[in-house]
Amino acid sequence: MCAMPGFPPIAIERLVKIYKTIPAVDGISFTLTPGSITGLLGGNGAGKTTTIATIMGLTTPTSGRVVVLGAEMPKQRYRVLHRMNFESPYVEVPMRLTVRQNLTVFGKLYGVENLRERIAELARQLDLTDLLDRPTGRLSAGQKTRVSLAKALINNPDVLLLDEPTASLDPDTADWVRSHLENYCRKRRATVLLASHNMAEVERLCERVIIMKRGRIEDDDTPARLLTRYGRRTLEEVFLDVARSSGVDSEAAQ
Amino acid sequence: MSIGADSAYAVSPQRIGGMMLRYWYLLRSSWPRLLDLIYWPTVQMITWGFLQYYITSNAGFFARAGGTFIGAVLLWDILFRGQLGFSISFLEEMWSRNIGNLMMSPLRPIEFIAALMVMSVVRLLIGAVPVTLLAIGFFGFNLFGLGLALVAFFFNLILTSWAIGIFVSGLILRNGMGAENFAWSITFVFMPLTCVYYPVTTLPVWLQPVAWALPPTYVFEGMRSLLIHQVFRGDLMLDALALNAALFAAGVFGFLKLLQSARRHGSLIQTGE
Repeated sequence: MCAMPGFPPIAIERLVKIYKTIPAVDGISFTLTPGSITGLLGGNGAGKTTTIATIMGLTTPTSGRVVVLGAEMPKQRYRVLHRMNFESPYVEVPMRLTVRQNLTVFGKLYGVENLRERIAELARQLDLTDLLDRPTGRLSAGQKTRVSLAKALINNPDVLLLDEPTASLDPDTADWVRSHLENYCRKRRATVLLASHNMAEVERLCERVIIMKRGRIEDDDTPARLLTRYGRRTLEEVFLDVARSSGVDSEAAQ
Repeated sequence: MSIGADSAYAVSPQRIGGMMLRYWYLLRSSWPRLLDLIYWPTVQMITWGFLQYYITSNAGFFARAGGTFIGAVLLWDILFRGQLGFSISFLEEMWSRNIGNLMMSPLRPIEFIAALMVMSVVRLLIGAVPVTLLAIGFFGFNLFGLGLALVAFFFNLILTSWAIGIFVSGLILRNGMGAENFAWSITFVFMPLTCVYYPVTTLPVWLQPVAWALPPTYVFEGMRSLLIHQVFRGDLMLDALALNAALFAAGVFGFLKLLQSARRHGSLIQTGE
């Protein structure tokens, strides 16, 4: 199941989010197509997290519109939250609960049917079977990331928002997680918005890249076209070009 | 107007059950959390019990007023522990950085509140039942002997505790963990004003209307009436219920407004200090 017929999975129109007097997001617009994986790049404080939080209905836009699967966020969020999910380093699953207990609780919150089977299936796919009855807090960073990913996939979401999904993983596990995400999106035709600082990851997974800086979209294109336009060999070089283009450090600008 | 499944007010027993399961798993996994539910009420009951024992053996009036101190301690604990049980379950989500997961899930605020209310009663019972049994053993005071009056007292006190807990949770959502201290201390504002250990007439005349504006005052007056004069004051319980309905509605309204404000100010993304 994908977006409602006629509605894109995510459509953002002239989104502005101002905290007191500081614009965190300053008039951005973009639309994602069903089944696509889009990278959201930007330095610290570029507005990526605020954009994702607004898409999830966690913050209210100062102005502009965010429509997800045909529902206006945050007003109509309960129409679609059961079809979305996310993973972010800013939140954690409860550490004292075992992996199975955590997945059971979130499965119930998302109204997952045949929950036992779903947990077993996810555990198989994410290599968590032997860890299911261990407290989440006693797992390694990489294992915890896999648990967070299992939580993010528990409801087979049509829209998946990922913030640094492989940040704490070793290269082998990170590569394995990327393959899993690719397979999931291909099979489910799920739409993914991926915020990452790992340019190799973005280059491999994403068919489109949106680069943000100081709350605005600086560029938006396919990785190949970005490389050609900037005359660079890697996305990292493109990112550095954009970040340093005005001579002002992106974080200091916030 | 009907409430559809997509509405913010549509309630799912499955989601409420999921949240209760989450808190039950947590309690089950941690003996210090369980012990904490019992030890302080026990210490308090024993301290006040011995004080009452001393007074009743030395003063005629208090000899007649048997059990008012221990009764007050146990009823006060329903109010205090009820609110604390609600707030601690909520704080567990802040401490574990899980609040973002919940706020971005299909869990409705009203379901979250309902789960916290049920868990406050569960936590209260885990602490209160052993302590009440101890009070029978140590001092011969049987709180269950109050019968149906106890049900009225309990219901009114727990309603007040929920109203306070709901509002405090909203304050923490809006202002972050800097507001955590309210969860531990706010109920104590009620202690002198609701006349837990003395009649309302003890207060200065100008302060008495304030006391009568607070639902627990009616409960503690009702308890003294029952224990001293053996008269159950149903009128006091109905007045308390009416005030509680208003207080509870104000608590929920405040919570929803503070949550709305938290969404506006981005407080739900950064839930730290």
